[in-house]
Amino acid sequence: MSTPPVVEVSNLRKSYSGRTVVDDISFTVAEGEIFGILGPNGAGKTTTVECVEGLRVPDGGRVRVAGLDPVADHAAVTRILGSQLQESELQAKLTVREALELYAAFYPDPADWRQLAERLGLTARLNTRFGVLSGGQKQRLFIALALIGSPRVVVLDELTTGLDPRARRDTWEVVEEIRARGVTVLLVTHFMAEAQRLCDRIAVIDQGRITALDTPSGLIARSAGSTVISFTPSAPLDDEQLAALPALVSIEHKDDRITLAGSDETVNAVISLLVRNHITAHQLRVTDATLDDAFLDLTGANR
Amino acid sequence: MSTATAAPRRTSPYVAVLRAEARLMSREPGILFWAVGFPPLLLVILGLIPAFREPSAGLGGLRTIDVYVPVLVLTAIIMTGLQTMPPVITGYRERGILRRMSTTPVRPAALLSAQMVLTGGIALGSAIVCLLIGRLVYDVRLPQQPIAYTFALLLTTAGALAFGALITAVARTAKVAAAIGSAVFFPSLACAGMWLPVQAMPDLMARIVTLTPFGAAAQALGDAATGAWPAWSDLGVVAAWALVLSAAAMRWFRWQ
Repeated sequence: MSTPPVVEVSNLRKSYSGRTVVDDISFTVAEGEIFGILGPNGAGKTTTVECVEGLRVPDGGRVRVAGLDPVADHAAVTRILGSQLQESELQAKLTVREALELYAAFYPDPADWRQLAERLGLTARLNTRFGVLSGGQKQRLFIALALIGSPRVVVLDELTTGLDPRARRDTWEVVEEIRARGVTVLLVTHFMAEAQRLCDRIAVIDQGRITALDTPSGLIARSAGSTVISFTPSAPLDDEQLAALPALVSIEHKDDRITLAGSDETVNAVISLLVRNHITAHQLRVTDATLDDAFLDLTGANR
Repeated sequence: MSTATAAPRRTSPYVAVLRAEARLMSREPGILFWAVGFPPLLLVILGLIPAFREPSAGLGGLRTIDVYVPVLVLTAIIMTGLQTMPPVITGYRERGILRRMSTTPVRPAALLSAQMVLTGGIALGSAIVCLLIGRLVYDVRLPQQPIAYTFALLLTTAGALAFGALITAVARTAKVAAAIGSAVFFPSLACAGMWLPVQAMPDLMARIVTLTPFGAAAQALGDAATGAWPAWSDLGVVAAWALVLSAAAMRWFRWQ
């Protein structure tokens, strides 16, 4: 694997009036990859991708898209990078068709806007003005506009915010199709399910720094407790004995129910502990931790 | 899609933007009415006043309506430049439309120039309608120095658009832009001679007013209308204002 990365960010820094928003962020995105940037609100996700899009000038560090500087070579970068911005609008009285035609005219080798409209379920709305579209329809139009220049890289910022679950799933399929055609995707999200389903790798950002960068399953495995054991014991259990369990990460009591986070090793140990004490475990559940758990763990948002 | 890939005709991005903006403008009947319809309408109403159609000694034998045609020509230009354009462009910036555009190969400047071409076109169109109504309905003579008049008119339009661009640059929101536009609109009209033609102003006042962009424009257009070549000082004042205002607009304009 010697193909150079399509997106390179190294030691990126950005602050707004003295407040550091992005603090030494580095990552690379390989051609054809779906790379997720995940983090709580205000973590610096959008600022990071805006530096990649050339909308903001970094205070420090280096950003390259296909070897080009998004600020100095802005014109060249706009031809290979499509953007769906978190907050933007179009002229209220422009129709969907006019918007697609207009943006198609901006690019040297545009995609067929009719096909795009069809894939994004906008065909019935072609003559509707932007101002009266629903939130989901606007979002889908912006996805279409991000793709209309046949880009090599697309940046999708808060892709499915404001979409209903059905539209969200449809949109995910569109992203998978985009990737199937070899387009690299940089996806900003705070939806775990979205990141888990779509991303090849995820950078978790918290307070302007990357706290973890791995595949979704890697993140789950590396987060403190990859296995969650919960049960209601038939008799009270000694906390000290629980605390001594191997690979244990956390203990939670809720009413009579005990929830432990740990690993497979913890599961075996809990069972022998229960057997030794002649305690029955009611409603015993052993589940894999989800990306949610990993996320809370990695961003410290559960404190 | 069919096998015969009918390669879509390539439209120049600038033409595409201009076309889209023209369509959008045509969907704003309110704006179009004020910009295109108001000055001619006012001219028709003023001409209905019998006294305005009588020669007046105070105006050197001219009729009031003769003096008002150039004033309304100027009104059309001032109105579109100061009041029509700034809220539109500021609104585009406020709602992130310019920002979205700056992520494409087309610079947002394309949108600005399209707006200027359209607004300038509307202003000139409205001005020509005023001249024609004056000629056809009230028998006001057409400008006697057509070349000088056209030149002065284009220069004035450039000045008004530059003024509008500066308002766009300093106003954060469309509402503020509209407010500033209105605030400078009435003094501009006064300079242009809406209430007292520059030619009829007391000497000192006229001298001050002809240092303002629209006062000088009124003077230059007035001269060209009566057949004299406008004073270079008046044309120079208009041109200087156009340059200074454009430079200031470029200096302070923000895309986002």
